[in-house]
Amino acid sequence: MIEIRGLVKRYGAVTALDGVDLQLRAGEMLVVLGPSGAGKSTLLRAINRLVPFEAGSVSVDGTAVAAEGAALRSVRRRIGMIFQDHNLVPRLTVLKNVLTGRLGSLPLLPSLAQVFSQRDIDIAMQCLARVELQGRAWDRADRLSGGQQQRVGIARALAQQPAAILADEPVASLDPKTARIVLGDLRRAAHELGIAVLCNLHQVPYAREFADRVVGMHAGRIVFEGPREALDAQALARIYPGLALEAALA
Amino acid sequence: MSSEAEPAPRPAPEASAAGVRRFLLGRPWTASTAARALALAAAVAALLWWTAGNLGFNWGELARGMPYIADVLGRMLPPNWGYITRLWSPVAETIQIALWGTVLGVVLALPLTFLAARNLTPAAWLFHATRQVLNALRGINEIIFALVFVAAVGLGPFSGVLALAIHGAGMLGKFFAEAIEEVNPGPVEAIRATGARPLQVIAFAVLPQAWPSWIAATLYRLEVNLRAATILGMVGAGGIGFELVSSLKLFQYQDASLCVLVILALVMITDWASSRLRARILA
Repeated sequence: MIEIRGLVKRYGAVTALDGVDLQLRAGEMLVVLGPSGAGKSTLLRAINRLVPFEAGSVSVDGTAVAAEGAALRSVRRRIGMIFQDHNLVPRLTVLKNVLTGRLGSLPLLPSLAQVFSQRDIDIAMQCLARVELQGRAWDRADRLSGGQQQRVGIARALAQQPAAILADEPVASLDPKTARIVLGDLRRAAHELGIAVLCNLHQVPYAREFADRVVGMHAGRIVFEGPREALDAQALARIYPGLALEAALA
Repeated sequence: MSSEAEPAPRPAPEASAAGVRRFLLGRPWTASTAARALALAAAVAALLWWTAGNLGFNWGELARGMPYIADVLGRMLPPNWGYITRLWSPVAETIQIALWGTVLGVVLALPLTFLAARNLTPAAWLFHATRQVLNALRGINEIIFALVFVAAVGLGPFSGVLALAIHGAGMLGKFFAEAIEEVNPGPVEAIRATGARPLQVIAFAVLPQAWPSWIAATLYRLEVNLRAATILGMVGAGGIGFELVSSLKLFQYQDASLCVLVILALVMITDWASSRLRARILA
């Protein structure tokens, strides 16, 4: 589906990605674990080239992702993205925020005039229904709670009808109950809609509960890869060197 | 935290000395900082003294002139209330000048705004060039523009409108551009990541975040323009200022005082209305 080969990214003297190879598979929830600064976020943003990289390649369905222009935009259209701070546009309505997920496939002038087809509105409403927020469609996005805003972010990504979803620590600022709802939404998107989901997380227990496959990163390299059952003390010691294991497994 | 109970961390002697209050501005001064501060204070005082000499400060003359000021003020009272019937149309003209000056200012500022915002400008040199143009427009006083336009298009309110529009465009363009620079980059990245085109990113991520500040800046400009429009008449560019100057020139002080009162009322009402509107829009 999405194939990452030998990805290298440097910020000045710091090597953020040091030759990363990774595959994303349709219908699979892939969780990336790793300490802060391990390169998780850079990896995710390099996939749709929000962050440019020095060496390596990313291809979607066998086609390399172009560096710029219309070809890059058409790849971005197929990849939904979810952010730690949801990144909704605060003053737009919930529905309009979800409709921004359609922008890539809309004709330019009508979209600038805020004209959407009934079909696009139907798609947006269905995506809102998936995260159980269709009742809030006409509210301003900043009137919703943090968890609800994050779920609108998921609806926005789903409205792209994407082949893949990249989620960058989507539950870092949510309470445990809301976090599990959001991760459940993402896993259902993978299993029910056949989307390849890549999700960066900080919480090992969530990875154990929700991941189909886990990848561990440390210092820009992949140091672990396996099903969630394989995420044992040894694996954690490789991902988080020096971590007191009892604490992580508690 | 008494010192008998806890022997180890002794408080500083100044703080523990009973009854001594310290005037605490910052860290304690050393002799050299104190010397530098004294030298700076002396330099500022010398500069002000020298400038006052240049400006011909003459407090004695002011004191001797007091009776004449009182005399003029006395002649202004009571205001000639009947004169109000002659003022309605200049008042309306003042408001109209301010309104159109603001509208045209916004129209002029908008295209420059996108070039003058660091995060949207197509090229760095365009950013710097546009900012300089805006600085120049803002740097020249409305009255000077009004004199230029009176010379170009003749006496009358249209010159005032043009003066306010040109000067206001300089201010609005800068405010609008800064509002664009201050938008949260998160939603911009999110919309870009959906595969939206650059114009769509502006329409759906930048403008919705920037326009409340734009409206607030425009209302503020309307306020400023109204104040400016009350004196444009003094250089022949229309509005109530013309009535004020004429009545002073004809020694009709009671008419002039009514003009001043009307100007005050006009400015106060606009300030009040505009600040209430701005508070609602920015909520």
